[in-house]
Amino acid sequence: MTQSLRSFRAERERDWVRLDALVTQVERGGVRKLSDDDLLTLPALYRATLSALSVARETSLDRALTLYLEALSARAYFVVYGVRTSATSRLRSFFLDAWPRAVRTLWPETLIAAALLFGGALTGYLLVAHDPSWYTALIPPEMAGGRTPASSTASLRETLYDTGSHNFLAAFAAFLFTNNARVAILAFALGFAFGLPTALLLVSTGAMGGALVALFAQHGLGVALGGWLLIHGTTELFAIVIAGAAGFHVGKALVLPGRVARTTAAAVAGRTAATAMAGVIVMLAVAGMLEGIGRQVIHGDAVRYAVAAAVLIGWLGYFYGTGRRGHG
Amino acid sequence: MADAVGRHTLHVPGHARQLITPEGVALRLELPLAGERIGAFLTDLALIVATLVLFSIAVALIAWATGGVGGEAYVVIWLLGAFVLRAFWFTLFEASPRGATPGKRWFRLRVAAHDGQRLSIDAVIARNLLRELEFFLPLSALAYRAHDGAADAATALLALGWTLIFLLFPLFNRDRLRAGDLIAGTWVVRAPRALLASDASLTTATTLDFSDAQLDIYGVFELQTLEDVLRRATPGAMRRREDDPLAVVAAAVRTRIGWTGREDDHAFLAAYYAAVRARLERQLLFGKRRRDKLDR
Repeated sequence: MTQSLRSFRAERERDWVRLDALVTQVERGGVRKLSDDDLLTLPALYRATLSALSVARETSLDRALTLYLEALSARAYFVVYGVRTSATSRLRSFFLDAWPRAVRTLWPETLIAAALLFGGALTGYLLVAHDPSWYTALIPPEMAGGRTPASSTASLRETLYDTGSHNFLAAFAAFLFTNNARVAILAFALGFAFGLPTALLLVSTGAMGGALVALFAQHGLGVALGGWLLIHGTTELFAIVIAGAAGFHVGKALVLPGRVARTTAAAVAGRTAATAMAGVIVMLAVAGMLEGIGRQVIHGDAVRYAVAAAVLIGWLGYFYGTGRRGHG
Repeated sequence: MADAVGRHTLHVPGHARQLITPEGVALRLELPLAGERIGAFLTDLALIVATLVLFSIAVALIAWATGGVGGEAYVVIWLLGAFVLRAFWFTLFEASPRGATPGKRWFRLRVAAHDGQRLSIDAVIARNLLRELEFFLPLSALAYRAHDGAADAATALLALGWTLIFLLFPLFNRDRLRAGDLIAGTWVVRAPRALLASDASLTTATTLDFSDAQLDIYGVFELQTLEDVLRRATPGAMRRREDDPLAVVAAAVRTRIGWTGREDDHAFLAAYYAAVRARLERQLLFGKRRRDKLDR
């Protein structure tokens, strides 16, 4: 071995061993366990090792040394460029900044998704109001839960003001496994298929809602149904609309990537959409709780509408109002 | 090559890829074989199911022990736990410093950012959300319908076909990206293994006098093969078996360079290795890299 290489190695070996120890420590226990001193030297050691690797590749024929440096550099790279999560601060920045900002970025798609949803609802309402046999076509029996055109007014009224003691549990279970949660996630994920299935999903979900309203309206229970639906419905429908918007956002990035490569556009859109979707899950949880508590406790129609309106204004203010406060 | 716990494991070569770090150095990584990824995923599923079973038993025991007081609360806790487990298992583990779920760790894989930049938590979330679409949703929809008795051949074909298409997705692109990887800008690579703080460089006490012509015969490839042979051999053994690689190589080299000395095989090869390496490294400094003995 030439003298220069021998000294090259001797000078640096101590640093490599130290980097090895630090990297092993982080791999085992996480970055938190390192002292401040170690935390400061880690990136410097990493860069020094990288340059030693470059030198070794060019000037040394000691394969063991090169392989060792390759492995050490790769491990150190993953440690230095790993995910930086510190749970509380990430959570905080999510709620204060990332989530509202993601939803604000999605505003054009949100409008489109809302239009599709309400368009579907209107269509469903008009269809069933005109011809009740459309009801069974739009709402499959397992989801109707006993509410059919053949039901009596009394039985329908009962579903709106049911005071059974299992309500909270049923609502919570419903949140986790219900049709609506699946619709929301599906609406986002199907954006991958260029947004078309998402559009269909929004329209059909809206149509189901519209059909239900038409059915109850025929018995004169339209307003009461509105209250029953909207307590949690404002949150839940908003969540579905945002999920659809997130899906459209990804679909649009795949179809019209603009000046960047398609994969890059998809990755950027995916990140915004993922943030929005995390928020959607939170909204669905809130909707589930509102559903359980609201229906059990609140029976007056006016109060139900008031709660629904207040919650909606709350969400709108949170998403679209926070930014301006930040700038001012 | 020995790793940090001293195992000489058989290394099945994966597909070599380069990752350019933000500092501009190209790190050599390997893509795993298809079987490794599938194995990791199945292991994760098995672990999720096992954890769920244990969790259910624990909740049931606690409920039974306290006489079922607050019965609703237990069911709510169970539902929460099951949901969190399925939804967050992959995300939380892949966001750790190891970048791998237990299943991936078993197979020595990890997640990395495709462009070499920092792996962000949003990317991890996005790639796992799409797994819902690829795998969990169609199959749970199928199970749901089968439970209701409404699953016919068409539904089963649709759900299974859907999953199969996404399963085969990685085979159709160069870097074996899943649909979730494509959207999130990540990829799954083999985790770099910790190698021993380099095996002591091959030093030798004996220096023999080789002529330039004798040193000029071999190139880098032969040198590294010789290094392998020397590292695996035990020095100092006086008698070697006929087919010991060291003896075979020593005999071949002696014949090739016409060496008539009577040194021990190991000492001879170690000295020859040192001399050839010094010569080739000096040539490297002048920008000449001789790849193998046929490269002039």
